[in-house]
Amino acid sequence: MKILEVLWNIFSNPLFYKLTLTASTPLLFASLGGVFSEVTGVVNIALEGIMLLGAFSSVVITYYTGNVWLGFLLSIPIGIGFSWFHAWASIKWRGNQIVSATALILVAQGLTGFLMEPIFGQPGQTPYVGRIEEITLPGISSIPFIGEAIGTISPIVLIAFAMVFFAWFLIYKTPLGLRMRAVGENPEAADTLGVDVFKIRYFGVLMSGALASMGGAFLSIGEVGNFRELMTGGRGFIALAAMILGNWNPIGAMWACLMFGMSEALANQLQSSPILNVPATAKPLFNLFPFVVTLVVVAGLIGRTRPPAADGVPYEKEE
Amino acid sequence: MNNRVWSFLVPFFSVIIALLIAAVVIILIGQNPVIAYKAMIEGAFGNIQALADTVIKTTPLILTGLAVGFGFRAGLFNIGAEGQMIMGGILATVVGMHMRGIPPLLAIPLTMIAGMLGGAVWASIAGYLKAKTGAHEVVSTIMLNWIATYISSYLITGPLAVGSGTPKSPEIAPSAKLPPIVTVGALEMTSGILISILSAVVIYIVLEKTKTGYEVKAVGFNPYAAEYGGINISKNIVMCMAISGALAGLAGALEVMGLHHRFLGTLSGGKGFDGISIALIGQNHPIGIIFASFLIAALRTGSSNMQFVGVPKHIVTIIQGIVIFLVAADRIVKTLLRFRKVKR
Amino acid sequence: MKGIVKRFPGVLANDHVDLFVEKGEIHAIVGENGAGKTTLMKQLYGLLKPDEGEIYINGKRVEFSGPADAIKNGIGMVHQHFMLVDNLTAYENVIIGMEPRKGILLDRKKARKEVKKLSEEYGLTIDVDMKIEDMPVGLQQRVEIIKTLYRGAEILILDEPTAVLTPQETEELFEVLRRLKKSGKTIIFISHKLNEVMEISDRITVMRQGRVTGNLITSQTTPQEIARLMVGREVVLTVEKKPKEAGETLLKIEDLWVKDNRKLDVVKGVSFEVKRGEIVGIAGVAGNGQSELVEAITGLRRAERGRVLFRGEDITGYDPKRLRDLGMFHVPEDRLKRGLIVDFPAYFNTILGRHMIEPFVKSGFLNMKEIKRFSKQLFEKFDIRPRNIELLAGSFSGGNQQKIIVAREMSFSPELLVVAQPTRGLDVGAIEFIHKTLVSMRDAGVGILLISMELDEIFSLSDRILVMYEGQIMGEVRPEKTTPEEVGLMMAGKRLEEIRR
Repeated sequence: MKILEVLWNIFSNPLFYKLTLTASTPLLFASLGGVFSEVTGVVNIALEGIMLLGAFSSVVITYYTGNVWLGFLLSIPIGIGFSWFHAWASIKWRGNQIVSATALILVAQGLTGFLMEPIFGQPGQTPYVGRIEEITLPGISSIPFIGEAIGTISPIVLIAFAMVFFAWFLIYKTPLGLRMRAVGENPEAADTLGVDVFKIRYFGVLMSGALASMGGAFLSIGEVGNFRELMTGGRGFIALAAMILGNWNPIGAMWACLMFGMSEALANQLQSSPILNVPATAKPLFNLFPFVVTLVVVAGLIGRTRPPAADGVPYEKEE
Repeated sequence: MNNRVWSFLVPFFSVIIALLIAAVVIILIGQNPVIAYKAMIEGAFGNIQALADTVIKTTPLILTGLAVGFGFRAGLFNIGAEGQMIMGGILATVVGMHMRGIPPLLAIPLTMIAGMLGGAVWASIAGYLKAKTGAHEVVSTIMLNWIATYISSYLITGPLAVGSGTPKSPEIAPSAKLPPIVTVGALEMTSGILISILSAVVIYIVLEKTKTGYEVKAVGFNPYAAEYGGINISKNIVMCMAISGALAGLAGALEVMGLHHRFLGTLSGGKGFDGISIALIGQNHPIGIIFASFLIAALRTGSSNMQFVGVPKHIVTIIQGIVIFLVAADRIVKTLLRFRKVKR
Repeated sequence: MKGIVKRFPGVLANDHVDLFVEKGEIHAIVGENGAGKTTLMKQLYGLLKPDEGEIYINGKRVEFSGPADAIKNGIGMVHQHFMLVDNLTAYENVIIGMEPRKGILLDRKKARKEVKKLSEEYGLTIDVDMKIEDMPVGLQQRVEIIKTLYRGAEILILDEPTAVLTPQETEELFEVLRRLKKSGKTIIFISHKLNEVMEISDRITVMRQGRVTGNLITSQTTPQEIARLMVGREVVLTVEKKPKEAGETLLKIEDLWVKDNRKLDVVKGVSFEVKRGEIVGIAGVAGNGQSELVEAITGLRRAERGRVLFRGEDITGYDPKRLRDLGMFHVPEDRLKRGLIVDFPAYFNTILGRHMIEPFVKSGFLNMKEIKRFSKQLFEKFDIRPRNIELLAGSFSGGNQQKIIVAREMSFSPELLVVAQPTRGLDVGAIEFIHKTLVSMRDAGVGILLISMELDEIFSLSDRILVMYEGQIMGEVRPEKTTPEEVGLMMAGKRLEEIRR
């Protein structure tokens, strides 16, 4: 019965819900990025690498400019530029999209580790450079329970959820979205109607670069205020699982990310629970949790969800 | 241009181009690439000690390269060599710890088999999921990597922990340790390298000369036609992942048996990912993989020397990433080469 | 189009082609597979750029850099393989690239209205809100035609439009075409079906191997003349076949039910037999369950209900290896997907399916000498060109690829051979060869189950004909006791008893 008591304590704590939202945010950005890319038919598993780069570049920019918002905003074009390589290799050169993405993850990991000493003078992690402060939402913060949960929250979290709406609107309510979906399902059909398949796919991939970068930036200057080597810790892949689980739909991805965020928050709270005495050595077992969930999700639901038909297939124009 | 020639030229030039791009990166941080590369070559081959170190590093890389390369031939992208190596290492350690009193002639093969089994089972999870539910092995093997890392972390700080400082397991029994071929200074160059090379030969024979190899390649090229030809796709997927995992697991076992004689820290430290670039550079061919492993090992050994001239060793990861990128989009390199030829 | 030249690596697809089409006429372009018709039209539609030559529309010279330009000039194309997005609705498919807008929003209401209007105007009735994947092929084609009209097409190009239609649907299409012609549209109609061309067209351009071999006025020519221009010699349109007594029952299908990839029943209670020494032909338009039926019989798909019996033994659910062990072999309908591994050399393809038995394998190891000897022999016997077993299967022509498959399946002395769409995309020479081979096998006592969408092929080869429609057998007839019209009615859903009443 101890476990029930522990769970009740956790679920009735408004902090738990705030933790869920904060944990979901980087996943949400990356997952939406994945949706943008794959809806147009380009598989982008490099989200992990783009996130890492976004986390690093936002810290570096903040370090040099002293302004956290500049750090956040200027990391976006860097993410776009980095994802451009994946777009270039996959779209123009018809390369193997999985391998090209893996390459970019390695380059991101290498580059971020490599530049730490030259820039910051120390390996492993950077000094604290500042973080985006939470804001208090007027009106909401006075509501009991909900106010404690989300009354004071990072503005980036709000931006993330706004992005969900933006993505949904763009993909399902605008002509551009219709063309994106056509390109992802049957690029030849779209091509015969005069739609520029390549341009649309570039758009999808570059958007994924922008979004994933924001997700990474949140991890560093949105939460802890510095950068640690490999700090994305697999989130880019969890975001992919969320995208699959959400059936390549922004709203679906949102729910999936919330679920993953909740499992991370749960693992976190269980570890630090005063009632459940968890030995320090067992802590790694709790970190396992989101990955096992991802595994189960990816395994269990593949049959029931459906990727865009031309996903991952390079488009060859007859010349 | 015939295929065989390209499969040598593309990786070769990809490496050259990657080194050039990395040189630019080095310049950007204010260092001299010529000095840096010179330091790297010295660090890898400069003296007998360095050479031995490079060979020692090559040993597990051949195996992880084979693991990923074999997977590729079967149409499977096994990014999980990292986790499979860890699980193989764990199982080998546990078995190795209990080999006291058993003669080496028995202890060594048993421990190695334990390592192969650990890796094979771990990889089979992803294989089974793919066969049964179509789950993409990229995501599932990456998840299994993380899970393996945390499990091993738990084990060597908890139930299997010994001593203080870097988390590590108890030593394995002396009879389970791999005998060295030659001792160079403080480094024992173990016989592990022979086992690795032998594995490459075995895999080559399997792929080119056996019915199993025929079926593996058939499924890799065209699973529909393979099914039509009477090949059981599900069984094939699981078996190929198992073989791939066994190779990676063996790499882990050899690290334990030959190098540290215990499960130390994170054991793998990126060797599983190195396997990917090795397989790609080696064009999934066992002989190419041996050469590619040696190259990456040289890069890694040499890079610790680069630190002394102010170039962080992460440059190796960057170089690898660029090479993989160019091999993936090999049309880039092919077009560049054709262009250069035409210009002449 | 004047002096059009188009080259692809290894082949001259269009060799100084001239095409003159008059406004308001239905003009047919006729030729065998590979004659260059589709290539020519793709240039007219801007999908390909001519290497040499000029294109004039209404007297004005034009150069297209993409389909968008062609569309602007009033050209629309309905492709042989439909260019539709399956999981979008009909009206969504029509508007892609030319979407009506309300600000930045998609104006769905306006879109539906406009598409509905067009469909009614030309007699192309469809449900605009239905998803393409839920539509039968005939309706999908209507969406394709509406797509061109929506963009203001005055010249419509139709590439092999009747390949996927029943005879009745073809008549409906011709009605639509006549209506379009009346409203002033010009239609270019690519086909290799001579009787249809005779029925609907005003003038004909015949192509062979990239060149124009004839310009004819339909009312002044005959199918024989067209065929001669298409092929270059007198064509024998049927194959010689002696009547033969069929023997014991080899294959018995009992009330078979099979589902497709979308979990829908697509074979609904099919029963029939194939005896030794006879060719049983199953006719039917694509998409009526034939593919799934074949897959269920040959071990590539699970049967939900019913049994498949081979020489009395229940083989339902047996995998392809076991089936081959028993003597049942299969020439698949998609030679590139199922029949061959294009990245394997020919000598590995010739043993596919029997690669695990002696003498090709000994204690797990491949016997390369024996494999190559066998392959060389096969190439000689079946005159496969080029005579090089080391070449990758992908480098052979379609006809030779099919020969490799047929040769392979025959060379193990099958008792029963299941053959699906054996002459798809092949030239006349290859077709003749395959037909002769099948008849000689039947004469030698092999039982053959033939599935084909080409009625001529079914009629000329089969001893008995079954017709499949929506997963069921509509009737069984002997070719000499029936007519193409009767079979056509069955293909469109009428049972034999109904027709003969």
